[in-house]
Amino acid sequence: MLEVTDLTRTYGQGPGAHVAIEGVRLSVAEGELVSIVGPSGCGKSTLLRCIAGLLAPTAGTVELSGAPVERVPDRLSVVFQDYSRSLYPWLTVQDNVALPLRRTERSRKARRAAADAALAGIGLPGVGQKYPWQLSGGMQQRVAIARALAGDPALLLMDEPFGSVDAQTREDLEDLTLRVRSERGITVLLVTHDIDESVYVGDRVIVLTPGPGRILADLRVDLPAPRDQISTKQRPEFVQLRTEVSRLIRARAGGGEPTGASSGANPASSGAGSPAS
Amino acid sequence: MSVMRVARELSRWVVLVVGVLLWQLWASGHHSPFFPPPSTILDRMYHLWFSGPASHVFFTANATGNLLPSIWRTLAGLAIATVIGVPLGIALGRSRAASEYLEPLLQFGRALPVVTLAPVFLALFKIGNQMEIATIAFGTIWPILLNTIDGAASVDPVQVETATAFRLTRAQRLTQLILPSALPKIFTGFRLSLSLALILMVFSELVGSSNGIGYEMLNAQNSFDLVELWCTIVVLGILGYLLNAILNGVQRLVLGWHRGARQVEAV
Amino acid sequence: MTPVPAARKARAARWRRGLTGVIAFGVIAELLGVTGVIPRSVLPLTSTVLGHAVTLLGSGRFLADLAATVEAWAAGLAITIVIGVPAGVLLGSVPGVRVATRAVVEFLRPIPSVALILLVSLWLGPGLRMSVTLIVYGAIWPVLYNTMAGLDDVDPVAKETNRAFGFSALDTIRMVSLPSAAPFIATGVRLASSVAIILDIGAGYITGRVNGPGLGAFIADQSSGAGNLPVILAATIWAGILGLVLDRAIVYAERRLLRWNHLRLAGAGDTGS
Repeated sequence: MLEVTDLTRTYGQGPGAHVAIEGVRLSVAEGELVSIVGPSGCGKSTLLRCIAGLLAPTAGTVELSGAPVERVPDRLSVVFQDYSRSLYPWLTVQDNVALPLRRTERSRKARRAAADAALAGIGLPGVGQKYPWQLSGGMQQRVAIARALAGDPALLLMDEPFGSVDAQTREDLEDLTLRVRSERGITVLLVTHDIDESVYVGDRVIVLTPGPGRILADLRVDLPAPRDQISTKQRPEFVQLRTEVSRLIRARAGGGEPTGASSGANPASSGAGSPAS
Repeated sequence: MSVMRVARELSRWVVLVVGVLLWQLWASGHHSPFFPPPSTILDRMYHLWFSGPASHVFFTANATGNLLPSIWRTLAGLAIATVIGVPLGIALGRSRAASEYLEPLLQFGRALPVVTLAPVFLALFKIGNQMEIATIAFGTIWPILLNTIDGAASVDPVQVETATAFRLTRAQRLTQLILPSALPKIFTGFRLSLSLALILMVFSELVGSSNGIGYEMLNAQNSFDLVELWCTIVVLGILGYLLNAILNGVQRLVLGWHRGARQVEAV
Repeated sequence: MTPVPAARKARAARWRRGLTGVIAFGVIAELLGVTGVIPRSVLPLTSTVLGHAVTLLGSGRFLADLAATVEAWAAGLAITIVIGVPAGVLLGSVPGVRVATRAVVEFLRPIPSVALILLVSLWLGPGLRMSVTLIVYGAIWPVLYNTMAGLDDVDPVAKETNRAFGFSALDTIRMVSLPSAAPFIATGVRLASSVAIILDIGAGYITGRVNGPGLGAFIADQSSGAGNLPVILAATIWAGILGLVLDRAIVYAERRLLRWNHLRLAGAGDTGS
């Protein structure tokens, strides 16, 4: 469904040029949930933006359902990390969610009905008339997800969507993502720096090297569905997988000893381990 | 409204009333021709402007002949400045190259003492409505233009990316993103332009008009009628206060979301 | 803090573009006039106006008028600051008075200062005294308002800390409140400066040369009779340049006096120009 071939993206020219990603090759089947994980600066966001058509690649191609991606294609939606800045403060929640529907030129009533349905589907039936800044962070990100789903996309791209919320909310949103995916059968690409998250939600985990970003590993996640925050994370397969991912990242980052035993360890990276803000 | 808010609103009026009373007391004792007592002024104002028939909203012929022309000319000038300034400001704000080309001219326009426009348009159009409206329009366009440019240029890049990600058309980006985002700064510019407009209205009427508040002021000065001079000053203050209050009301309506979002940010 | 080469190149490009814009504007205006698209009675040729502008520099009378305006501006602004800032501090520090005076300020502010030109000229008679009084009346509001607003914004924790060290209220104002409010006050002074120029030129134009020399009086002279539009435009251009120069002077003075504040802000991030 999604074919990425030899994708390269360079910023700037000449000696000061910065190669963000290089020669990335990726194939995603319909209905898959692929996690993309890597240390800070590995180009995950750049990769996502190239796939979304927000950035033009320097080399290589992206194909969605056989058609090359030049601008942002139809039936593709994005959830950004910074929900407080991505949702428009002058629109109500309902109008925010209805925003992508303007493209399909439905009547205002139809748009609002679709927005309400999306909000109900996301577990926020009553907040349509509020403004985004009146809601908590977790609820705002749910609104952003509802907005992304309102246009009935085939491919959902999420750029570190849960980095700015607290741990409890993050777990709720991870489960929400899984539910949405299984209910609608959409394909999801989720970029994250959180190793546990990448293994927990993904069918596959793609590990990127630190900049320039290349695919280091493409691991299949053999955990059973439906996933559960408590029991799934206790399974030995989970621990093994996340340790493997962690080892891969640390080894290439070139720092720190693999502690192995502590499954709650911060993802290793050459930068600080704090979530990108 | 909380008790504190009510108390604060009232306290403004109290101070004003006390001030006026003090002036009245002082003036009754001192009999200075240059500072007549408020009672005399208010009485004259009533007779000059507000003692007309009920069918004319109590406006006298003088009021319709002088107050109204001043008001509509001010609004006309502001309207022209807005209609030109806002679209131009948005276009320039979104194009860094274009605004760099025009930057020195814009800075010059901003620094120009706007009263110098009146002699220019007087020489051009002679006495009349044209001269005044042109002066007001040319003078008040600068704050609107510059603030609109600022507002359009400082749209949050995350919001722009969201618009691209959701494939909004150019027209939709303009009306759904750039305009609402720039509106707070546009209002700031408009508020500045409002006070400039009043200054230019009076000034151009002092030099190039055959009716209006400024014209009446000039007449009063020529006949050494200081009470009438004070009447024009007071009515100007009232006009300014009213127009500002209306603008504030409109702003609260249109930008209600902005205040709310700011308060959340401040926490 | 030397700018990176890329930044320097960007700045040079800005200058070049700006210059191009000004020249293009002049050329276009000239062409419109030369070809007759806009009649010269409406818009004199750029060349004519610029020629007059240069000639004016050689005119003793014009230079005297220019100097007189700058004089009145300087005197008025100085008095405004000397009265306005302490008054603002006084009114802004006593909570009850602050609320009450804010109300009065709000009522008096909308009265355009130009409206008082006639009153003050009757009361004080024409002359420098009248000009300066007008300027002070008009310019004091931004200074007053901004001083009070600036003091309002001072971090109460900083004040408390200072008091806890044993310093008196007056000392705290000097050591904490004023420095903290300084940028606000500076903005107020900048506003006051432009008001001062407007008032001096405006009053000079209305009362005429009987009020003494000044840019306003000069333009009034040129406006008598049919009016000499090219010279008026030339004088207007000089007025604009004067406005720019004086504004830059204020900004420069502020940067020098408040250098510590700019450095502090630059530490937290670039303040730009």
